[in-house]
Amino acid sequence: MLKQIEGSHAMAEAIALCRPEVICAYPITPQTHIVEGLGELVKSGELENCEFINVESEFAALSVAIGASAAGARAYTATASQGLLFMAEAVYNAAGLGLPIVMTLGNRAIGAPINIWNDHSDAMSMRDAGWIQLFAETNQEAVDLHILAFRLAEELSMPVMVCVDGFILTHAFERIDIPEQAQVDAFLPPYDPVQVLDPENPASIGAMVGPEAFTEVRFLAHYKQRQALRLIPAFSAELGKIFGRATGGLLRTYRIEDAETVVVAMGSICGTIKDTVDEMREDGVKIGVVCLVSFRPFPVEALGEVLAEAKDVVVVEKSIAVGVGGALADNIEGALRNLEKRPRLHSAIAGLGGRPIPRDSLRRLFETAVTDPWEGPHFLDLNDRVVGREIHRVRKVRRSGSTAENILRQLALTSQLPQD
Amino acid sequence: MTDVQMTDVPALAPDEAQQKLKFYQKGTFTVGNRLISEGERSVQASQARSNALTSGHRACQGCGEALGARYAIDAAMRASGNDLIAVNATGCLEVFTTPYPETSWQLPWLHSLFGNAAAVATGVAAAMRVKGKKTRVIAQGGDGGTTDIGFQCLSGMFERNDDVLYICYDNEGYMNTGVQRSSATPPAARTATTPALGPEPGNVFGTGKFVPKIAVAHNIPYVATATVADLHDLERKVVKAMAIHGARYIQINVPCPLGWGAPSCDTIKLARFAVECGLYPIFEAEHGRVTHARKIRKQIPVREYLKLQKRYAHLFRGGVDDPRVARIQAICDAHIAEYGLLGDDEEV
Repeated sequence: MLKQIEGSHAMAEAIALCRPEVICAYPITPQTHIVEGLGELVKSGELENCEFINVESEFAALSVAIGASAAGARAYTATASQGLLFMAEAVYNAAGLGLPIVMTLGNRAIGAPINIWNDHSDAMSMRDAGWIQLFAETNQEAVDLHILAFRLAEELSMPVMVCVDGFILTHAFERIDIPEQAQVDAFLPPYDPVQVLDPENPASIGAMVGPEAFTEVRFLAHYKQRQALRLIPAFSAELGKIFGRATGGLLRTYRIEDAETVVVAMGSICGTIKDTVDEMREDGVKIGVVCLVSFRPFPVEALGEVLAEAKDVVVVEKSIAVGVGGALADNIEGALRNLEKRPRLHSAIAGLGGRPIPRDSLRRLFETAVTDPWEGPHFLDLNDRVVGREIHRVRKVRRSGSTAENILRQLALTSQLPQD
Repeated sequence: MTDVQMTDVPALAPDEAQQKLKFYQKGTFTVGNRLISEGERSVQASQARSNALTSGHRACQGCGEALGARYAIDAAMRASGNDLIAVNATGCLEVFTTPYPETSWQLPWLHSLFGNAAAVATGVAAAMRVKGKKTRVIAQGGDGGTTDIGFQCLSGMFERNDDVLYICYDNEGYMNTGVQRSSATPPAARTATTPALGPEPGNVFGTGKFVPKIAVAHNIPYVATATVADLHDLERKVVKAMAIHGARYIQINVPCPLGWGAPSCDTIKLARFAVECGLYPIFEAEHGRVTHARKIRKQIPVREYLKLQKRYAHLFRGGVDDPRVARIQAICDAHIAEYGLLGDDEEV
């Protein structure tokens, strides 16, 4: 049913349609509206047979989900940013135990300096934890991906993180098609666990494993996640047939036929990039975009296929692996490595801590990549003058103080100066 | 079996584990099962006991935790008709019972992390509720996993009054990692991180926490301390706790021969002395109020308890008592006064 609805609330409704049995809630901006929405659905009785537990931390949120999932219940939680870091130990544990928990990540920057706005630093911090990580471009896709996530998680007995851009998606009111219960039921069978805590058939779960078996356990986790490369397209097609719209998949392409420059990005920024591509196409620039949905597992082959004919690949990502550059760009490089005609790779870091990513800046970036390529990561719309001044100042004074406060002070001062 | 005394004690609670008779062997609290009728015998005396923690595990000789866990979980198994799931924090108990592919647990058992046993148990209990099952849930861990790293999850489970019995096996330190100080380590005790060096060797005074009191402050339905020196009392408390729904907490004093520096054969003696000197008060509380304290039968000076353990050896160097022994005695005296540990056994 079509609704004009907030993204978070639409996700809450979609999650409720998946009939979760245990929901653990802890507030952290910007995912809070999702668990609030679910709380309302449970309290009002619309979502039956569901325990809604207000926990005392994100660490407890995922721990309660671990217990519930191991005991055979369909478990869900949501978090963001610092919350994901606070539950980090449990994030690895849930994957290691092979528990099919679904968690929404309302993507948000990580402090310090504390920042509540959107980027992908949080998701990137857990990229090797063993979770499947899916990125939604729109709120419609966020709705669909959650339904896909439960099926995928339970099929593989592996946790799935649905990454949705904080505020840009979570707080946006849009026209969203919320599926019918019967449609979701047709797609998602009841949870049938591969392992369960059962007094009739007692088993020990989570015992200590030594060097003689640890490598094999990890190999199988890797192997199992690679299975998702096959399952994500299959389930997406099945879901698409039921919902009557294309959804999910490992990645989506936009105007890449004959494209010499191909942009790769994840999440909501793909929308702005598509607009930029349209604009540049009108001017005769052969450019297209690949929107990556599945970051983990990383679809090396699928990416290789869609990037094979490109001359330039520009990766726009909302996180910075400090000391290296772009983590997504690094991964994309792996996908390009074995191509016959290897395209040039350009890495750009954009939208950190909620910095807007305007079309003009993107267009300049894509043009520069071809005409005047840069080395290493390029920080989109970096205020060079502020950075330069701060570097010089720090060199002069030993007790130079906090970088964040200094930058803010500079900005406050310069805003009072006449513009040159 | 010499000098067996028989004491008539008023019933504490009308439940099946409550003994109508108490036998005391001279010098110990061990009750001779053979001297009482079958119906009055302990869980362990029964052929039908669940033997939840089977033999063959890798605990040290004389491990108080292994003993406490076996009695506690067997009692819980009987009380729940074997319909029980256990969640375990990381620690000695987890490691010595389950190196794959072996396990000593004869009940469904889950280990997740060091600091989240209470929260995981909450999740298991929630799953049972939503599935309409009557299966009961226990969480267990050592003092480090309970009073330190697991404390936030524990407090959360308490305040939500989740239907979980949490059992803490308190051996007063991080024994699994090689005997380091925890917030349950008593003053003056030597550990690897409170070495017997400097002007005030061992753990400092005026620090640490006694989680049973904090549990009581949560107003949960049931809190108790227990000791492996009185296994019947331990079983009784577990059975009583299992008859209650909501958050429950039992902390069992379990001597660690390795960490405390004592012979394996002294485990029960040490546990008994810890109670008899007043250092480890044994009590019960319901809904925020202390309802019963186990009386000291034959009070001993705390130095008798301390002298048996190498972790306190620095208090007795050169045959002279360190003045800090008197400070520990003062702690014991304060416990005795606070919980009314002297006098006849009765409900308070």
